[in-house]
Amino acid sequence: MKIVVLLKQTPDTETKIKIDASGSAIEHADTKYIINPYDEFAIEEALQTKEKAGGTPEVVIMSFGDDKARELIIKGLAMGGDRGVLISNAGLESADSLTVAKVLAAAIKTEGASLVLCGRQAIDDDNMHVGTMTAELLGWPHVNVVTKLTLTGEKAHVEREVEGGKVEVYDVNLPAVIGAHKSLNTPRYASLPGIMKAKKKPFDAKTPGDFGINAADIKSKIKVVVKSYEYPPAKPAGRLFQGEELEVMADKVVQLLRQEAKVL
Amino acid sequence: MKVLIFVEQRDGKIKSSAFEALTVGARLAGSPGDAAAVLVGADTASLTGQLAGYGVDKVYTISGPDFALYNAMGWAAGVEAAIKDFAPQVLVGVASPMGRDFFPRLAARMDAALLTDVIAVDWKDGALHGTKPMYAGKCRAHLVSQNCNLHMVTIRPNVMPAQKTGSGSASATTLQVASPSAQSKTVEIRKGKSEKADLTEASLIISGGRAMANAENFKILHECADVIGATVGASRAAVDSGYATHDMQVGQTGKTVNPNLYIACGISGSIQHMAGMRTSKVIVAVNTDKDAPIFTIANYGIVGDLFQVVPLLTKKLKELVGH
Ligand SMILES: Cc1cc2nc3c(=O)[nH]c(=O)nc-3n(C[C@H](O)[C@H](O)[C@H](O)COP(=O)(O)OP(=O)(O)OC[C@H]3O[C@@H](n4cnc5c(N)ncnc54)[C@H](O)[C@@H]3O)c2cc1C
Ligand SMILES: Cc1cc2nc3c(=O)[nH]c(=O)nc-3n(C[C@H](O)[C@H](O)[C@H](O)COP(=O)(O)OP(=O)(O)OC[C@H]3O[C@@H](n4cnc5c(N)ncnc54)[C@H](O)[C@@H]3O)c2cc1C
Repeated sequence: MKIVVLLKQTPDTETKIKIDASGSAIEHADTKYIINPYDEFAIEEALQTKEKAGGTPEVVIMSFGDDKARELIIKGLAMGGDRGVLISNAGLESADSLTVAKVLAAAIKTEGASLVLCGRQAIDDDNMHVGTMTAELLGWPHVNVVTKLTLTGEKAHVEREVEGGKVEVYDVNLPAVIGAHKSLNTPRYASLPGIMKAKKKPFDAKTPGDFGINAADIKSKIKVVVKSYEYPPAKPAGRLFQGEELEVMADKVVQLLRQEAKVL
Repeated sequence: MKVLIFVEQRDGKIKSSAFEALTVGARLAGSPGDAAAVLVGADTASLTGQLAGYGVDKVYTISGPDFALYNAMGWAAGVEAAIKDFAPQVLVGVASPMGRDFFPRLAARMDAALLTDVIAVDWKDGALHGTKPMYAGKCRAHLVSQNCNLHMVTIRPNVMPAQKTGSGSASATTLQVASPSAQSKTVEIRKGKSEKADLTEASLIISGGRAMANAENFKILHECADVIGATVGASRAAVDSGYATHDMQVGQTGKTVNPNLYIACGISGSIQHMAGMRTSKVIVAVNTDKDAPIFTIANYGIVGDLFQVVPLLTKKLKELVGH
């Protein structure tokens, strides 16, 4: 059994976002990158699945990205992954989700995985596309926003959280793509020996061409482009009530909600 | 231009946000003859009447016992059948848990562009133009679709209001769709605890943070919420401390909410919390610390102890709504 974990590099949540002068790009010179937080749950689930299966499945950490993703894949190896695969996105930096999925699906096919774990969504673009699109391209089922995963033989029993606290329960055949939600598990920290070992673990640097993908061809088919960026309109300065009697302030705010803000 | 709108129902009830999608779809289509809706579920034929007046002449229904429980494979097959019959250039849905689950599958199948969770959308020069909040709401991106025959979009709930455009009713067309794949079976859908609107769809929300101090104290938020029909949310600190369940979490790793009114009680206003609620139309904050960051985005702030202020707000709201 082989498990592939999909990892996306995302800007640290504290990053200040600065739109460049042309308005068509974000300045990323000072950006610090982290493993997309949901992908850590995917890594943890892969490691737990491996442990439950007696340590036999290989856990492959795979990313389509630039060289900054290398360090993050190695972090995943330090947590316990067995092998890293970095597929270079050189020339495809502006790929849309479907293009990313096409590359990942081809790579997964070559790997021959029986389970793919990913995050429910990347916290930068918040699309929730890539895992599901990859599943469709492979002809596999998927379940996303997963809070519970139980594997028995060739099947997975999966719980997915939807609105109103409702839970959808699925039985899916493997191979499948599972998108991790945060309550799936608690990701471990990499141990010091783990960090030492990670640098020596196998690491494959690949290009889409290695998986039979013609980069120029898929580039010419990109379907979603970002034309420009803008800051959200500034909120008018708020009103802060303090120092008055609490009941007076509560009354003022409730009246303003009806008369000025008109939300009640 | 031909537009197909996916109308979401669960348990035989059409989602209110589906009417927002219909309104957007009818606007993009320009005329009712160019707009069609598609419903998938156990018995959807009985629901088509509710679409009257929303500017679509045609409604596709895909029904049967195989469609009793939502499943991405089944729903994708159903909507695909409607696409094949109607041949739309645009497919509109809602960025709800259901829409966000099967639209990416359908987009990959149809080799379509997919713009997700947009707050504004237009059709210009043969392309969809969508505006999407990103980086946790810190900026907005303008997206354009290209290189495809089908352009798909999901809209963020509660942003573009639903509006009837006429009185015309839609004629129903039943499509026979083979039972969905055996690769994925939905075993059951367990009911949530709450009958209230989900946070992601709620128009009024009152949330508590670490300062709530324990689960029991959330009662005062529920009492306030009940007066105005609000849904109760929480910060991650409150969830991680066990005061609230994780489906109540608002923020970057919780839910993105977009209510008309968000009342934050004892929440400091971390960047990750604000990521999930900063697009709320009106924000009220109650905090003992006048320098709490939450006040920087609040329209109205009260500096005070939430255990005193919240019951007073409840009392004043009761007087206002008259019960
Ligand atoms: C502002 C902006 C808006 C965008 N909007 C759209 C849009 O509406 N439609 C569209 O098609 N494209 C869009 N894109 C492009 C899209 O975000 C990129 O193609 C991106 O690389 C795909 O990631 P995602 O955010 O869609 O990931 P998601 O689908 O949210 O990611 C889900 C999971 O998939 C895995 N994953 C994602 N990317 C990778 C990767 N590169 N390598 C390995 N695993 C990965 C991770 O496990 C991740 O947790 C946008 C880009 C920008 C900059
Ligand atoms: C990757 C990542 C993702 C995260 N995702 C989320 C997320 O999705 N959602 C989220 O909320 N957080 C998230 N966080 C956590 C976030 O950074 C904060 O730790 C968290 O939001 C703090 O919650 P809080 O405001 O309730 O608590 P605190 O920051 O401790 O604030 C408590 C506030 O209560 C006030 N207070 C105290 N007593 C009273 C009283 N009696 N009456 C009134 N006010 C009082 C205090 O002045 C203070 O401002 C994330 C963090 C990381 C690193």
